[in-house]
Amino acid sequence: MRSALQLVTLTLVAGGGLGVVLTRDPLRQAVVVSFFGMLLGILFFVFQAPDVALSEIVTGAVAAPLMILLALAKVRGGAE
Amino acid sequence: MSARARLVMFLAAALSLGVLVLWAYGGLPDFGHYRGPYGDVLNAVSVPERNITDVVTAVNFDYRGFDTLGEEFILFAAVIGVAILLRAQRDEEQREASEFAFGRSAPRTSDAVRVVALSLAGPTVVTGLYIVAHGHLTPGGGFQGGVVLATALLLVYLAGEYSFLRRAAPLSLVEVCEAIGGGGFAVIGLAGLIAGAAYMENVLPLGQVGQLNSAGTVPLINLAVGLEVAAGFVLILVEFLEQTLMVRLKEPT
Repeated sequence: MRSALQLVTLTLVAGGGLGVVLTRDPLRQAVVVSFFGMLLGILFFVFQAPDVALSEIVTGAVAAPLMILLALAKVRGGAE
Repeated sequence: MSARARLVMFLAAALSLGVLVLWAYGGLPDFGHYRGPYGDVLNAVSVPERNITDVVTAVNFDYRGFDTLGEEFILFAAVIGVAILLRAQRDEEQREASEFAFGRSAPRTSDAVRVVALSLAGPTVVTGLYIVAHGHLTPGGGFQGGVVLATALLLVYLAGEYSFLRRAAPLSLVEVCEAIGGGGFAVIGLAGLIAGAAYMENVLPLGQVGQLNSAGTVPLINLAVGLEVAAGFVLILVEFLEQTLMVRLKEPT
């Protein structure tokens, strides 16, 4: 038994995942993957797992994109 | 192999994988129909037994606390690894930078970004502390709150206040916090041994259900984990920023 809210968030996550894959530039991908982490957090929250949702938001939407951005800044700075 | 043959092979593989996934999906229990015994047992037992209202925290920091200790040291090892890796390179950069001797200046930040970032920094610290302190009562805990706390310092950096960031969180202090947080978890576990019980056993008074000072060792462990995670992320952040700032110094040539 699934509610409309669950179907909407599942569709959003599927679309977000596709968006991450279709974004080819790593710099933009870091921003899109952050947005995708936020969507996943909402999905977990809708499926009644608020603890996992918080963890997903801090790692998927904040920590991981930040590490990608910092690594990109480091790599590009060194290459120029 | 020609493009056509590859496409045929991909379609065949994708089709069989799709059929298998759909088959497996059909065998899943319905949402909300949990089949294992442990979840229901913990739901019934953790509030009366440990005075913890967040069962996930009860599992992570009490029933399965030793496991979480290992997980925490994975993060600890990762942070140390990043710090060592970046530090060796920074020494090389610093020697070069001193040869060029450019003025140390971070790039200019727009006023709009400064206002938003600086006004968000305070509420972010409060939110982080709240999530750490209420780990045993509401969703969240040391890990999530720790990352939120580290985000506050990132906001300060985004506002262009890098020199303030270095003063508010000097590396030596951050390193000490990281060590205290990481070691604190292990030391709190020793309380169980001192009380004559098993390592990591919750031996402190449990207090009233729903109170901030309830659930025995769990809030203390959350505090240690929050400190360790926040310090770890700030350490990685500052090490990376040192690197990019150092590289920026060379660019005016």
